[in-house]
Parts: sequence; C-alpha cells; structure tokens
Amino acid sequence: MKKVALGFALLLSVAANAQNIKVKGSDTILPIAQEEASVFNKSGKGTVSVTGGGSGVGLASLVDNTTDIAASSRKIKMEEKIKLTNAGKKVKEVVIGNDALSVIVNPSNKVTKLTREQLEGIFTGKIKNWKEVGGADMNIVAYSRESSSGTFEFFKDHVMNKKNFGSSVLSMPATGAIVQSVAQTAGAIGYIGMAYDNPKVRQLAVSYDGKNYVEPTRENARSGKYPVVRPLYLYYSTTNEGKVKPFIDFILSKEGQKIVDKVGFIAI
Amino acid sequence: MIKKILNNFQVGVLAVSSFITSIVVLLIIIFLFKEGSGVFSKSLLEDGYVLVVNSRNTVNSIAPKDIKNIFDQKIISWKELGGADSAIQLFSIDDISEYYSEEQIGSDLEYMDTCINNYIVNHPSVLAYFPKKNIAKKFNGKEIKVGTMGLYEFVKGREWLPTARPVVQMGILPLILGTLMVSLGAILLALPFGLVTAIYMAEIAHPVWRRIMKPVIELLAGIPSVVFGFFGLIVIVPMVQKVCHIDVGETALAGSIVLGIMALPTIISIAEDAIRNVPNNMREASLALGATQWQTIRSVVIPYAKSGIWAGIILGVGRAVGETMAVLMVTGNASNMPTTFLQPVRTIPATIAAELGETSAGGLHYSALFALGCVLFLMTMVLNVYVQVALKKKSK
Repeated sequence: MKKVALGFALLLSVAANAQNIKVKGSDTILPIAQEEASVFNKSGKGTVSVTGGGSGVGLASLVDNTTDIAASSRKIKMEEKIKLTNAGKKVKEVVIGNDALSVIVNPSNKVTKLTREQLEGIFTGKIKNWKEVGGADMNIVAYSRESSSGTFEFFKDHVMNKKNFGSSVLSMPATGAIVQSVAQTAGAIGYIGMAYDNPKVRQLAVSYDGKNYVEPTRENARSGKYPVVRPLYLYYSTTNEGKVKPFIDFILSKEGQKIVDKVGFIAI
Repeated sequence: MIKKILNNFQVGVLAVSSFITSIVVLLIIIFLFKEGSGVFSKSLLEDGYVLVVNSRNTVNSIAPKDIKNIFDQKIISWKELGGADSAIQLFSIDDISEYYSEEQIGSDLEYMDTCINNYIVNHPSVLAYFPKKNIAKKFNGKEIKVGTMGLYEFVKGREWLPTARPVVQMGILPLILGTLMVSLGAILLALPFGLVTAIYMAEIAHPVWRRIMKPVIELLAGIPSVVFGFFGLIVIVPMVQKVCHIDVGETALAGSIVLGIMALPTIISIAEDAIRNVPNNMREASLALGATQWQTIRSVVIPYAKSGIWAGIILGVGRAVGETMAVLMVTGNASNMPTTFLQPVRTIPATIAAELGETSAGGLHYSALFALGCVLFLMTMVLNVYVQVALKKKSK
C-alpha cells in the first residue's frame, strides 16, 4: 500500500516538474503538430500534448487558459483579438508553414488555366459553361466543401472575394469525396489542399492578375508565386513565452521545417 | 403472500421503466422544440455586431436579402435601395488595419472605437459592419436594424446560406423538398422489391433457401451507412450519370437508390414475419376452396398480414427520411430548388449532420438546425399518423 502511494507521489512530482506544453486547435495543423511533438518529446527538452477541435476552439481556449498554444489555419479574427484583450492578454503570432489549395478538374477537360475572376464567376454561379472560359461546350459542375470546413472559409475569403457560393454549387463532406466526384464527372471543378493531389484529377494553373498563370507546385507555393496559399499560425500569450519558446523554436528549426514538408505542407 | 409481493414488485418495475422511457422520449422532443424555437427570436445579423451607415444617409432599413446582395456586390448603389445615387462602400472590422496604422488603433486597441467612428463620419456612402462593443461613446453613425425571421419566411425561403456574413439567409423550402423527393423515390424503389422478396421468402421459397436468404438480407441492415454512402458515390453515382446522360451523377435519384437499398432489410424482414404469422388454416381453407397459390397469397394472406406489412413500410420510410451519412455522400447537397429527380438536392438530415458540429451552441445557426430537426420530426409524425388512420379506415 505504501509503495503504491509512493509511486503516485513520484508520478505526480514528475508531472509537476516537466513543463507540459499544451497545443490545441486547427485540424489542418493537427498532423504537423503531432509529428513535431513526437520528435520534440524524444529530445528531452520538454513534453508537448496536442489536441484538435478546430481553429476557433483553439483560440477560445487561449482566452480561458486551457491551452498554451492555439493552432489556427486562419488569421486571428478581430473579435477574438478583442476577447483576448479583454482578458488582459497579448498574443504573439508565429507562422509555422503554409498550406496551398489547388483547383482541380476532370483530366478530360481541355481548360488548363483560370483567373481568380473566372473562379469567382464559376463558384458564384455566374459562369455556367466551360466555353465561357475557353473550354468545350459543356456545363460546369462546381464542387465545394461543406460550410463548416476551414478550407471552405479560406476559399470564400481569398478566391471569391468574400462573396457567397451559388446555390447550384454541390457541397461534399470530405476532400476525398471531392476528388472522387471530380474524377468521375466530365464537367467538374473543385478545390482541395495540395497535399491531397491525386493522379485521377488534374490541377489548374491560376492567375490573380489575369496575365501570369502559375502552376500549383510546391516550389511555386514556397517562392510565393502561387497565390492560393494560406499560412498556418500558432498563437500564444506573451506571458507564457518562456514556457512555449523551446517548442516553437524547434518547429522553426531546420529539423522542424523538414517535418512540415514531410507531412505534405510547405515549409517556410 | 411472498408470491403476491414479488408479483407486485415485478409489475411495478415494468410500469416504472415504461413510464421513465416515455418521459425520456417526451423530454427529448421538448428539448428539440425548445432549442428550435430560438430561431424565431434571434436577429439575422451576426450576434454582437451592428450595421451602420453615415448619419446623413436617407436609407433607414434594408431587407436581409438585400444586405446579402450588397455584400455579394450584386447591389452596388444606394440608389437601388431608395437612397442617394452613390456607390456603396463596404467596411468591416477586419479592414481597419488597411485605413489606420497600428499606432492610431493603439497597441491595446484602445482607439479602435474612435477610428471606426471617424471612418464612418468621413465616408458618406459607407455601410459598416463591426462589433457592437466598438460603438464609440460619441457615436455619429446611424444603426440599420435587422429584424428576426418569421415562420413563414423560414419555411418559404428559397435560399439556405447559414454562414453568410453579416446577414444569414435561412430558407428551408429547398431542404424540405429535397428530403421529400429522396424519401419518396426511395420508397417507390424499395416497396415493390421489398414486398416481392418478402412474399417469395415467406410463401414460395424452399425452407432451406429461406434460411440462407433471411440472414443475408438482415446482414444488409448491419452495414454502416457511410459504407453505403461511399458505395453509392463510387458505383451508383457514375451509373446514374451514364444511364441518364446527365452532367452530374450526384442527384436525388442516386440518393433514392442508395436509401432504397438501405430500407430493404427493414421492409423485407418485418413484412416477411407478418406474412409468416398468417395462420396456416387460412391458407388451407383457401386452397381447399380451389384457389391457386397466387390467388391465396393475393386475396387471403396479404390482406390478413396487411398491418404488419404497413409497419415494415413505416419503419423503412422512417429510416429513409432520417438517414444522414449515405445521403450526404451521394446527393450533391446543393441547396437549390429541386425540380426533377436528376438534380442535386440537399436533405434536412444531411444539412444537420454537415453543419451542427461547427456551430456555436445557442447561436442562430444552431437553433435553425434544431428547427430543421423539428420539421423532420413533424414530417415523419404526419406520415405515421396518416398511415395509421388510413389503415383503420380500410380495416373497418
């Protein structure tokens, strides 16, 4: 009995001594954070525990102190900043990598490039036929993600200029379903994270200025030429800096960035 | 004596547990309607935000639909809303850093309110959208009121954009029609096949054959619905697309086929049990009168087993109406008004499943999804009551 109590005491003291850094937030960043944490934990510099839940959940947890680092696949919203300010906190923002979105079509489609305006027209429902954008005479079938996804929000804010999707746009529950549907529908167009690229579909070059079309490759995304790229953020409270710094430095180190690349995202 | 006490105790346990079950069911229904009714008392404007115009602007109120069209840049001039002939300038809180430097806003955002106020005063044709908290103490703008939604607008509205900002569009007519179409199609497909199989298994098939067939069909009920969904997406959707020569295979028809297959085991197994429960002397009497096997089935067995067969159908329909995951994968979920079976549709269960996880509890979107749950509940209830009333009338 005594031995058990002693063991418990020992365990408790160990837990109290080790600086356990909690990371919570975006499901997009989850694979990166998990991989980084598992390597970091082996290094003996501290322990990190990672949970998902969504960008909003992570940032809300930062307000009520239930996490040390909030992972977010979008920039902190003004209202969230206001909440943090009200709670007497100043946050620091770190970009740990990038995620590129690519626009995909069926391989049989002859269109190879589109401008941002054309994409906006297609997803708001204004452009209905491929011949309007230089393709064959065929109806456009646009696939989007469900409105709860962060990818949906990013696409709406950056590619569609915050306009609403047209009511005839199909919405799919998962990226895998978009790839499958675009692969089997001749007139289809959709958007996915670049990490999900698949030989069954073809990626399009995209232009934001109407002149220079950029292929969605990892090199172009890294150099900043490819425009549909979203940064992935970590946020932490400045009062907590000493505690979380070792882990953040590790992610930004060469070794940490290699992991970002390995998981399928774009290192900075 | 002891026997009597024991008996009372056993009967009591039964009564109490059935009472508790009914109470729980009732509580769930009350919870559903309580949460759902919130949709009619919350403002359509994003919670905690205000819409503000310059004080000299003559426009006092804007319909929710027009607000959406303004932010979609389909309405671009105040003239279209009865105001001055000038272009509408949109301003939202996230744009503030484009107009004012960090020092002007203040490191603790202490001057933000003043900055917003200044911006509104300096831009006569502005339509600003920012948190209520940031209304400055000496505020010079004019607030635009956005009202709540009535039941009529909710049921008759044709646009479902629950995450549109700043004003949401919540019309559920396309969702109701989508649900009705997919369920109706599923039943039209499942009913004949289900009934024929049930009759064959109960009356005609060799007992050995029946003993193999029945477990296999019941196995179908144990397959998770997401598996049916993926099967539908990979097999049925391309098939529908090819057979019907349409641009897109994710249609109400594809949903009906998948749901029809999913409703089959329920219909077959309950209808078959009902048919087998027909007393043998009924069949023997009919055969003794010289009727053929088919005549016996048609005019003796089926009429006798009718209420059991209907029970199977009701349960099958219930599954079809409420099914989420499989439908989510194959119907395309576009929230347009459906006109034919060869069009993508969005059903109520799919909408709830896809959206509820990311809503903030207690918000307008959350309440709207619960209200959709109420609508679904009423739809199945009306169906059940109708069938039961029809059955009673027929049997008289």
